[in-house]
Amino acid sequence: MEEGSATAKPRRATGRLCSTCNQRKAALKRPKTLEQICRECFYRVFEDEIHNVIMDNNLFKPGERVAVAASGGKDSTVLAYVMSELNRRHNYGLDLFLLSVDEGITGYRDDSLETVKRNEIEYGLPLKVVSYKDLYGWTMDEIVKTIGLKNNCTFCGVFRRQALDRGAALMKADKLVTGHNADDIAETVLLNILRGDIARLSRCTFITTGEDGPIPRCKPFKYTYEKEIVMYAYFKKLDYFSTECIYSPNAYRGFAREFIKDLERMRPRAILDIIRSGENFRTATSTKMPEQGTCERCGYISSQKLCKACLLLEGLNRGLPKLGIGRARGTNGLNKRVEQRNLHSERTGSSIESKQCGTLDF
Amino acid sequence: MASCGGRGGECHQSHCQRSEEDGGTEEATRETVASLSVAGDSPPSSATRGGALEQCTKCGETVAAAAPRAINGLCAACFRAYLFGKFKLAVTTNAMISPTDNVLVAFSGGPASRVTLQFVHEMQCISLKNWNASKSQALPVFGVGVAFIDESAISIGPLHEMNKVIAQIRSIVSTLSPAHKELHIKPLENICSMSSNDGRIRLNELLDSVTDATGKEDFMEYLRMLTLQKIALDNGYSKLLLGSCTSTIACHVISATVKGQGYSLPGDVQYVDARWEVPVVLPLRDCTAEELNQLCHLDGLELLQLIKRPSNSINSLVSSFVARLRDENPSRERTIVRTAEKLRPFCFNKFVEDTYHEFVPSRLRCKFQNINNSETALSEVLCPLCGSPLSEPEVQSLRNILEKTQTLVENFTAHCCQSCSFQILPTGAESLQHFYTVLPQSVTVRVTGGTSDHSQLRELIDDCLLVDDDNDDDDDDGT
Repeated sequence: MEEGSATAKPRRATGRLCSTCNQRKAALKRPKTLEQICRECFYRVFEDEIHNVIMDNNLFKPGERVAVAASGGKDSTVLAYVMSELNRRHNYGLDLFLLSVDEGITGYRDDSLETVKRNEIEYGLPLKVVSYKDLYGWTMDEIVKTIGLKNNCTFCGVFRRQALDRGAALMKADKLVTGHNADDIAETVLLNILRGDIARLSRCTFITTGEDGPIPRCKPFKYTYEKEIVMYAYFKKLDYFSTECIYSPNAYRGFAREFIKDLERMRPRAILDIIRSGENFRTATSTKMPEQGTCERCGYISSQKLCKACLLLEGLNRGLPKLGIGRARGTNGLNKRVEQRNLHSERTGSSIESKQCGTLDF
Repeated sequence: MASCGGRGGECHQSHCQRSEEDGGTEEATRETVASLSVAGDSPPSSATRGGALEQCTKCGETVAAAAPRAINGLCAACFRAYLFGKFKLAVTTNAMISPTDNVLVAFSGGPASRVTLQFVHEMQCISLKNWNASKSQALPVFGVGVAFIDESAISIGPLHEMNKVIAQIRSIVSTLSPAHKELHIKPLENICSMSSNDGRIRLNELLDSVTDATGKEDFMEYLRMLTLQKIALDNGYSKLLLGSCTSTIACHVISATVKGQGYSLPGDVQYVDARWEVPVVLPLRDCTAEELNQLCHLDGLELLQLIKRPSNSINSLVSSFVARLRDENPSRERTIVRTAEKLRPFCFNKFVEDTYHEFVPSRLRCKFQNINNSETALSEVLCPLCGSPLSEPEVQSLRNILEKTQTLVENFTAHCCQSCSFQILPTGAESLQHFYTVLPQSVTVRVTGGTSDHSQLRELIDDCLLVDDDNDDDDDDGT
């Protein structure tokens, strides 16, 4: 197996020294480069790489009010910590605060929110929590009870994106940062290839998105490995909530995640290579791309008449849980689907069908 | 073709629905038939309930349960016609084979290349029949040759196995009558050296210098292509037919993505690849490996049992990943290839205009490159090892290196894409030097050869040159 590091490791008979400072004892092997490194140098290189990404991509401007999306998980905890640290160290001049979303998942989200509340105190960053119940009138528990476990991640993901934007707007933020890491983006690139979603494939590697919308959002961890984030949190003893969402086992993303974990073992740089491939994909001029407009109901950006959140919500409220799931037929997708469903419900007398087949409709 | 709605009710299968971006009836036809694959998923039809007999979904012929049946619920004859139809469509829509062509079929012994050989043969027979029947006999019948690469120099199996294999191939090709097909069996080491012993040594040295398992596998692929090109060039063939099917292309899409080759990927998945001296075409691109396997089984087409070397590479990881996806949803491979189809192909994915171009119907003229256009094959810089076009950042770093004086080796490595640089080129100046010396000349010449190459280099650095002309230095004595 090819070693990623180009630096020669010093050959010592006793113990291994850090390949960067050559002074302190090596405490870990960097997942990204497999080089042996001590704790202090690891902190330094981890933080410096993120700082360079922020600088090279002009992610922030001095004086901006930035919402840090915080779930209490390792990515967002490390994000809050590092952003706060770099803001101080390099004088970004940013006004940071934590923004959290309560999806209403008992035994999961209520626990992780406790973590975020602790982060608020530990990092000295004010916290704002927005809930699905307040925004949409539904908690994830209620949604799962209604639609089952097959497409719940679709609902949650769509609702959360809007919730973050709304929360950020409420708090008068100029920008939103999320803790999406290199593994996440690589998974998304693969997923979009598997699904044939050329529109998303062309956008998913952008470090900043939504610049033409109300709240641009960026991903400073775009090139940071998930394993390194975990290592950083572990060595720094950062307080985070590490349980997986109780509704997630059926997510299709798991397929891609498993593959990437195997890949990383074989060739660590493959994760960055996938991102590079994603950045280099050029769409054919003959491919039709969706046009960006606004939702008729709520004004959110949307390529269809109604934005996905409104569509899904409509489905929930009218007892049509498959509304917005799967591809729309023609441009009048909403109307056609509603007609078909109404006809079918009348015929069978049932109002809510549970999804049977294992299709990948998102 | 049978429609997916044939069973009544709405079809819920995701692979049956067209996305908004798709257009074209070809797609729809392909998809509706594809949606029939995997009889296991769809509910039992009325024909099978309570009986051992099934009806072919296309011709309605009742097929006995014992008779071999294809996956789509088609009888053997309809299935065969369906696959041949896809082959023929690919060939005619892309003007792959012209009457004056001499096509070389790359034969590995696997199901895909076996079917390619079979279908090309059938097409040739049809042409021959037409030619015999026609009065004028103006349009000739295209010629077909078969190429097999003998890899015994690097194989792990016993040497006498290869003789058995070669005998098998000869027998397969001889069954393809009437039209005679030349069989070319060339050892892989041929590209390293004309002498067999020297070639073997050099080839093994070459492969031993590549330490990365994936790099070695990929490098062997590139050497195979070089060998095929050599066979084609030496024997006057005008086209090279590969049996790459949907499944292999789907795996390639994923593995290229994983190796950071997102820029060059679209060039590898099209029907036509004209960046090689002998253009490469993929007539079976729209058939899955499962379909081809089925056909070989149904028709009793003989396959070679070659010992596969155990693989612990990214390619094998990707293969098993795609296999898992296929188990979960059989049309996933097709979707992956379709995604890659939406990416921008390169200018070399069209044939260069030749004399045949005048005979091509106007609707197919777009399949040829317009050389009056500024988009010519020269506008892309190709990696000398894998042939991938270099992306903008790679060209930029090449430009930076060309501005300084460099050795032959440095010049060569500067032209290599980042993927080959990482997984194939040895690290360390000494091993890199040695690697360069054992590289086949056909590889190194792609960088240092010819005036066309010089002008290509010049194009890259033109904006930095201070003299207009190479002859200017002669005139500086002043007047």
